[in-house]
Amino acid sequence: MAHVLADSLRVVITGLGVIAPNGNTKDTFEDAIRKGKSGIRFHQHLRDGGFGCQVGGIPEGIEELRTRYLSEEALYAMNSNMIYAAIASIDAWTDAGFERPSPDGEEVHWDTGAIIGTGIGGIDTIGDKLVPGTNAGRVSRLGSTLTEQASISGNSAVVGGLLAIGNRLVTSAAACATGTDAIIEGYYRIRDGRARRMLAGGSEGHSKYAWASLDAMKVTCRTHNDAPEKASRPMSASAAGFVPAAGAGVLLLESLASARERGARIYAEIIGGNSNCGGQRNGGSMSAPNPDGVQRCIRAAIAEAGVRPEEIDAINGHLTATFADPLEIASWTKALGLPPEKMPLIHSTKSLIGHTLGAAGGIECVAAVLELHRGFVHGSINCEDLHPELAAYAGRIPHETVDVPDLRLIAKASFGFGDVNGCLLLRKFEN
Amino acid sequence: MDEKEVFQKVVAILKPFVKNQEALATVGLDTSIQKDLKVNSARLVDIVLEVEERFEIQVKDEDADKVRTVGDAVRIILAQKGSA
Repeated sequence: MAHVLADSLRVVITGLGVIAPNGNTKDTFEDAIRKGKSGIRFHQHLRDGGFGCQVGGIPEGIEELRTRYLSEEALYAMNSNMIYAAIASIDAWTDAGFERPSPDGEEVHWDTGAIIGTGIGGIDTIGDKLVPGTNAGRVSRLGSTLTEQASISGNSAVVGGLLAIGNRLVTSAAACATGTDAIIEGYYRIRDGRARRMLAGGSEGHSKYAWASLDAMKVTCRTHNDAPEKASRPMSASAAGFVPAAGAGVLLLESLASARERGARIYAEIIGGNSNCGGQRNGGSMSAPNPDGVQRCIRAAIAEAGVRPEEIDAINGHLTATFADPLEIASWTKALGLPPEKMPLIHSTKSLIGHTLGAAGGIECVAAVLELHRGFVHGSINCEDLHPELAAYAGRIPHETVDVPDLRLIAKASFGFGDVNGCLLLRKFEN
Repeated sequence: MDEKEVFQKVVAILKPFVKNQEALATVGLDTSIQKDLKVNSARLVDIVLEVEERFEIQVKDEDADKVRTVGDAVRIILAQKGSA
């Protein structure tokens, strides 16, 4: 039975901001995911650095974009993680119909907060400037900007100033579940009546230092350096690790009462969300999920949404292109209690953009919300050779975009190191 | 190096840190770096580092702390470099 909630307790999405490897605006990103356009490229600096995986997803056109959005004074103290977070947040804010506040203005948005997560934060600043300068005995020459750039909360801090945020402002981290977890927390803050609006999502810079530790673990793809667009292969028999990527995805969440009051365009509604941890037991570990934890997380989100599993039209999975993909789909299947042929359409945004780590949940939720709003499910590329354990799902995994005019309900999940899970139920807005 | 030349170089160093870019149009020796140009106080550290590098001088902390206006900075530099 569906919950009946007052408008002040219903949470809707009224703004979207995205910086992705295959599109750096809401419109170019939508066009790219519809057309199956990959944002994965070969990067010479990774080859020069001795990386096994020499491909990655780095947002393009940022040099031009950043000077359009940010002053020289602001950029002086911003690394790539902060720049992506700032542009995506400004876009989400203005997409929702708000004006960007003047830096000289006195108004503070006391009812608006921001939870912008990150997986690794400002490690480019730490690796390029802070550590070499300190080790060279040049502490007095480091300058004033490294604290804000090396701080974990640097991405949310910069957003707070740019948008005059007056409610809770925090950077959260739950590894690769970060973005989804941040949106769940933002949703709860509004449901708790503690804020009317929350910017929520995640950002990740494109530091080689972040990618080096992953490369050393041999969890990234080293088989497609000569064919970058084929490298990210979730659900494929030839999946050989994920492709590291960067960017930001930020949603403006708002109470339905607030959205109605100002006549805002409503993209979709969050009707359920849950985060948990599998305790690193029963097959779970630092780097692998406890299937019981995953299933409990999905079931709890569905229960909160008050929907039946068969009502779910599509799953935007975590699906990174590691050995875990078939396990993830097995968990979805058990959690939903449906036979493979009756499962929702299953898709992976990472097939197009790689794994944007702490930004993944944010960017992929932007994709899911656009799909609900426009009535389509984007295709997952590079899995023509479907993993043999997924053969029974072949009819439920579109390789090309399908129009689904009556698309109503998407389940989005993200999972991360530490055996952490997050699942959201997103519904097309209905009065 | 004369006062005008030092002044122009100091203004060029300040420019990236200036939040009120309009105030640069009328910048003079009496212009306050923080009040008029709206330079973030934390960035004074970076400005001193830039000054030291470009003019090849060392600025003592106690001298740097006294700088309020563009003219104050120019005078500290001229005192070390000497005026032509």
